[in-house]
Amino acid sequence: MTLVEPELASRVLERALARGGELAELYAEARQGFSLSIDDRRVERPQSGRERGACVRVLQGESSYYGYVDGLEERDLLRVADSVAQALRGEQRRPAALSAPTPANGHPVLARPETIEPIRKADLLRACDEGARAAGAEVSQARVGYGESRRTVEVYNSDGHAASDDRTRVRLSAQVVARRNGRVETGTDTRGGHAGWELLETDPEEVAESAARKALTLLDALDAPTGRLPVVVGNGFGGVLLHEAVGHGLEADAVQKRASVYAGKLGEQIAPGFVTAYDDGSRRGDWGSDGIDDEGTRTHRTTIIEEGRLSSYLYDLLRARRDGVDSTGNGRRESFRHVPVPRMTNTFFAPGEATPEELIAGIERGLYAVSFGGGQVEPATGDFVFGVSEGFLIEGGRVTAPVRGATLVGNGLEALAAIDGIAGDLEIATGYCGKAGQTVPAGVGQPHVRIRELTVGGTAA
Amino acid sequence: MNLPDAARRATEAALSAGATDAEAWAEESTSRQVRVYEGEVESLSDAGGRGVGVRAFAGARSGYAYGTDLSDPGVAAVADAARQAAEVADEDEDGGLPDEFGTAAVPDLTSAEFAAWSTERKVELALAIERVARARDGVTQVENAVYSDAEGSVALANSRGFAAGYAATQAWAYASAFAGEGAELMTGLGVGLGRDPAALDPDAIGGEAADRALALVGARQPESRRCPVVLDAFVAASFIGFIGAMLSAEAVQRGRSLFAGLEGEHVADPALAVADDGTDPEGPASAPFDGEGSPTRRTALLEGGRLVTFLFDARTARKAGRATTGSAGRGSYRSPPLVGTTNLIVEPGAEDLAGLVREAGDGLYVTDVAGLHSGVNPVSGTFSVGAAGRLIENGELGTPVRELTIASDLVSMLKAVRAVGSEARWVPFGGSVKAPPLLVGEMTVSGA
Repeated sequence: MTLVEPELASRVLERALARGGELAELYAEARQGFSLSIDDRRVERPQSGRERGACVRVLQGESSYYGYVDGLEERDLLRVADSVAQALRGEQRRPAALSAPTPANGHPVLARPETIEPIRKADLLRACDEGARAAGAEVSQARVGYGESRRTVEVYNSDGHAASDDRTRVRLSAQVVARRNGRVETGTDTRGGHAGWELLETDPEEVAESAARKALTLLDALDAPTGRLPVVVGNGFGGVLLHEAVGHGLEADAVQKRASVYAGKLGEQIAPGFVTAYDDGSRRGDWGSDGIDDEGTRTHRTTIIEEGRLSSYLYDLLRARRDGVDSTGNGRRESFRHVPVPRMTNTFFAPGEATPEELIAGIERGLYAVSFGGGQVEPATGDFVFGVSEGFLIEGGRVTAPVRGATLVGNGLEALAAIDGIAGDLEIATGYCGKAGQTVPAGVGQPHVRIRELTVGGTAA
Repeated sequence: MNLPDAARRATEAALSAGATDAEAWAEESTSRQVRVYEGEVESLSDAGGRGVGVRAFAGARSGYAYGTDLSDPGVAAVADAARQAAEVADEDEDGGLPDEFGTAAVPDLTSAEFAAWSTERKVELALAIERVARARDGVTQVENAVYSDAEGSVALANSRGFAAGYAATQAWAYASAFAGEGAELMTGLGVGLGRDPAALDPDAIGGEAADRALALVGARQPESRRCPVVLDAFVAASFIGFIGAMLSAEAVQRGRSLFAGLEGEHVADPALAVADDGTDPEGPASAPFDGEGSPTRRTALLEGGRLVTFLFDARTARKAGRATTGSAGRGSYRSPPLVGTTNLIVEPGAEDLAGLVREAGDGLYVTDVAGLHSGVNPVSGTFSVGAAGRLIENGELGTPVRELTIASDLVSMLKAVRAVGSEARWVPFGGSVKAPPLLVGEMTVSGA
């Protein structure tokens, strides 16, 4: 079923171009979702939502004009198109003819989550809660959330492009608190993907149990050390470092405004020759994957670092037109209430040859940063800071005591150049990435990576 | 669109679907955003939104649903989905609508001036902000100058007879300026907000972005040490916003707040007084009633060094045997009520920034923190966050510094506040906070 018939889409684009513009686009979307959580042993916050809306955009030179509306009725769409056209001052242009949108190659969804009885979702959460609490007597609190969403998307533009996508995601996330005397620690874990209920059918309790183990481990944690130390970054969620410290700087909007340290460095050696990294929105079933991006460009694999050389930026249509290249399929938006901006999909280092043990064995004294609580980067300088949510000391080539409160502070270019080992255990984790007021699902990942030296800001004075 | 009518229809539909009690929040808004870059309009948007969210109760269970279709069948579908969602939840003996409803007397939250501004004038305002920042010596680029506004109305109705609504206007602008080049490039943010565009001063916003970037040019990594730290208003507001979130009775009752069990206790220096005030005439989060129809009010949180109270909605209040503080927040129709702050207001002190810096003597002035939300353990309160700013040498601002972290724990930091600045301002990030700079007696600074 189409959200907007091609005939109506044509009229919307025609009205949007009434006063000129090089490209007009209609993005229509229907979203539905359901979420539920267990907290303090109680299943609560069942919530379902249904939204429909559209965004109309006109590109003219360096400017973009857009408007959006809740609802997909003809009068809504035409009113937005007229309002956008009001901002332009040129001659009318006629859009190319439109046919029915071509559906993108979907990602497999074996069991549609909306067909699963809500009561089974509640039972799943109860099992997770029990799993977390069974992990140790010191577990004092568990919160586990389940979320599913389906987005049906149609994109029409005045070049005659028409594409559609049907996206289903599920995600389970657990936050567990452990307490001993006055000390309180938190552990988290998630599982999610561009997939259906099947993703959660095998051993879902493991997500909560893993969060519980992390919290319990932290009860024994020492204050983190301070100073410049070798750091081994964990696989999976450890890829946040690549995402924040490198990936954001490769997004073409930052590059074109010279608000990125990576601007002007295309083709330069920015990392050792054994380092390769990708952004790949087509990876089957991964959290950051889609069939097309939110401008209708098919998702695919883009090599961003090839054997240490910076090989591509990440483009949406607008920035690709400016640079005279093709979009890399990274024009993403949170919803019809937003305009697309260049965003990562699944971004990760390619696996190397080493084992994690080999990376650690070479370190006399260092930090093993398994996972981050989050991070932030200033793309203009590449300066970053990451809170280490799960970390250990490395002493004499072995992982020893857990540490808490560690922060990694550094610079993306310096950190890339200082990579001196990559393991073979690639894993993609489920993140949410915020930029320009929009939050989108982003897959972050990597195998274990060793960095020769980084500044660790600890809590130990 | 007749919002009170939509809210009433949604409530009735939920009762018809079998709900024992129901509440509906309907909302409509229009907003405009202008983004300029190098003297040209980079993007211009015009948006309209509307929707309804329904909370349906089935005895002691509750469910929530929302949708964008405000027609009769659309509203009925949302109400039905809420009623069905309630089936899945466990019973909550403390749940349910508030026992008392009402509206606080708040001044008009709209500005008559708002409608008088054409799009062209708003574009001109954004361009003026950019021009001011670019004109400063040493500014290499202005990455963004953005003007935004919104005009919205909400209506809340419930099955106990509450029906009320309000309208509000809001305008804000920000600019991000760069100073220096290459690896030495530093950025600075300038912000302003008010009820209409006339409240935004382009000289102040553009000038602030430029000044904040220029002050950091030539920054280096400092030595690690323990020393007094002055937090500027932006940074102070970020910390206060974070602390405010931990004073939610929800976080406390669920064992996720370091302030659990500390009500009435000594948690801060008496110099620091903080209140939550949902009725402040200037407050971006002000409204006559909260997300479930309780009147908003001013609630003292930190006073005389003690933690006066947590923030309650109807459910957490029942659980604690207390009264609501009108703190049921509502992000939009897409989310059910959730305990939160409205406007957090730090009582200003006597000394200006120069006075605080003089009193610090030898220490650090922090103008930027990064990673606050990942760097603070919300349960233990220990934190280590990335920061930038300037050294304080002999009572004056000195060398700019970056690539450092500041660490402490939140209660130790609150107790170590030595003086509160006099120059309070609204800061629109980390919630809605009005804060002056703060002098903290000692923190751990990690650098080289």
